Amino acid sequence: MEHLLINHYETAAVILFGIGFLNLLLQNNLVKKVIGVGIMDSSVYLFLASQGYIEGRLAPILVGEVANAADYINPIPAGLVLTGIVVSVSVTAFSLALIQRLYQKYKTVNFDEIVQLARQKGDE
Amino acid sequence: MRLALELILPILLIVCALAVTFSKRLLVAVVIFTSFSLIMSVIWVLLESPDLAITEAAVGAGVSGLLLIYTLKKIHALKGTSDE
Amino acid sequence: MAKIKKEKKTLWQRFTAWVNGDAAEQPLLPAEPPKPKKNKGAKGKKQKAQPTRKEWMGLSRFEHFYRVCAVVIGVAIVSVLMVTVLQLPLFGSPDNPAVNEVVERYVEKGLEETGAVNMVAGMILDYRAFDTFGESSVLFLAVTCVTMLLMRDRNNTTKEEDLLTAREHVIEGHEEDIILTKIARLVIPCALVYGIYVVLNGHLSPGGGFSGGTIMGSALILFAVSFGMIRISRFFTYATFRKVTSCALMVYAASKAYSFFTGANHLESHIPLGTPGAILSSGLILVLDICVGIVVACTMYGFYALFTKGEL
Repeated sequence: MEHLLINHYETAAVILFGIGFLNLLLQNNLVKKVIGVGIMDSSVYLFLASQGYIEGRLAPILVGEVANAADYINPIPAGLVLTGIVVSVSVTAFSLALIQRLYQKYKTVNFDEIVQLARQKGDE
Repeated sequence: MRLALELILPILLIVCALAVTFSKRLLVAVVIFTSFSLIMSVIWVLLESPDLAITEAAVGAGVSGLLLIYTLKKIHALKGTSDE
Repeated sequence: MAKIKKEKKTLWQRFTAWVNGDAAEQPLLPAEPPKPKKNKGAKGKKQKAQPTRKEWMGLSRFEHFYRVCAVVIGVAIVSVLMVTVLQLPLFGSPDNPAVNEVVERYVEKGLEETGAVNMVAGMILDYRAFDTFGESSVLFLAVTCVTMLLMRDRNNTTKEEDLLTAREHVIEGHEEDIILTKIARLVIPCALVYGIYVVLNGHLSPGGGFSGGTIMGSALILFAVSFGMIRISRFFTYATFRKVTSCALMVYAASKAYSFFTGANHLESHIPLGTPGAILSSGLILVLDICVGIVVACTMYGFYALFTKGEL
């Protein structure tokens, strides 16, 4: 139990992942599903970047002349997450464009109604 | 002090995520999602990654929230903009 | 074909028809699409014919099963991950297995090999430049796909949509909002200069291509919102967007992507590394930062323009 409290960022990331995942599966509204995917993305980035933090050390910007590896945090997870944040916004933008087209065709963003209408019109 | 902040902010994140789940209006959900991004940006500063903080502030609260609000306008989920 | 199948419809045939999403034999819903409030009422009317009623009851049973299953799977995933968190090393401990000889090499030799004071920027634009190339391509791909979905041209708009957009143009009016224009005249130059500063100082201080590009893109979006699309299309058209983004990506590809084929034998760039701490230092990192910043700025503006007006 103390382990979970010491790793509080990882615990929060796991709970957020579960919340985002249940949002994605169970919400009826398509826009809220996209928000659920965004919450899942952010939780994964939090989990990954908290692996790079080392207590008592500074941010990875060089101060002074010579770099000593014992003075700075691990910069590798931060680099990976930087790429991920931009990919997350691309995926959000693409999903929202799809939602706009679905609304143009079916005049609703409720998932159950779209499935019913698609089955009625006979095309998918 | 820092430890108190490090414990409170993840709890605030979970509260924001639950508020997004259970809100009835879409505009409320989008605004709370923007504040979720803002809290994430502060957490990046606490994790000593200033690059991530600037990027998350610009992208999460800026572009992502903007695109969500424009989508809400196009699907006529904002009150007062429907043509009929 | 539907008439012949109507006579013998075994359980298996009905199940496969339901899985394939074939239309039912009788129209299930009234002719116009139902409004959201009438949803349950519409379902209640459908108890006329025997096969359709069984099919719909099966569907709602499936939905119930789906919701229970979703909650169970979600809780299972969260509990498995929690058990994993219990096995993780303590947060912030220096003997984390993620801190290995790669980190030592990047931190200690980073300045002399890349010339960048910001170690993260040096890492993503020199040691791992190929990943950043992939990520810029993902941005470019996303804006291309959104263009395919949302761009309006003569072939995919009907007359009603044209009339609707013309009416929306008239409604939005073209008296510019005076508060917005006056404030925008002050804010846009500051935001653009700040964005260019963040891009150029990517290797010296926190920032870099992505954040600077997003700030420049936000300045462009503010210009388009406050002054209208007609004024911004004087200098930023679809052709400009295409040329600028493609050129930036090709410059990036030419400088770093050949190592996909040549492996670890890469050409030495003859741009000198310079003194650390100056803007014109660290070789190719400055050029690549500018390319990434341009791609990101155009992409963010492109998303905005396609979402609101459907034209770039």
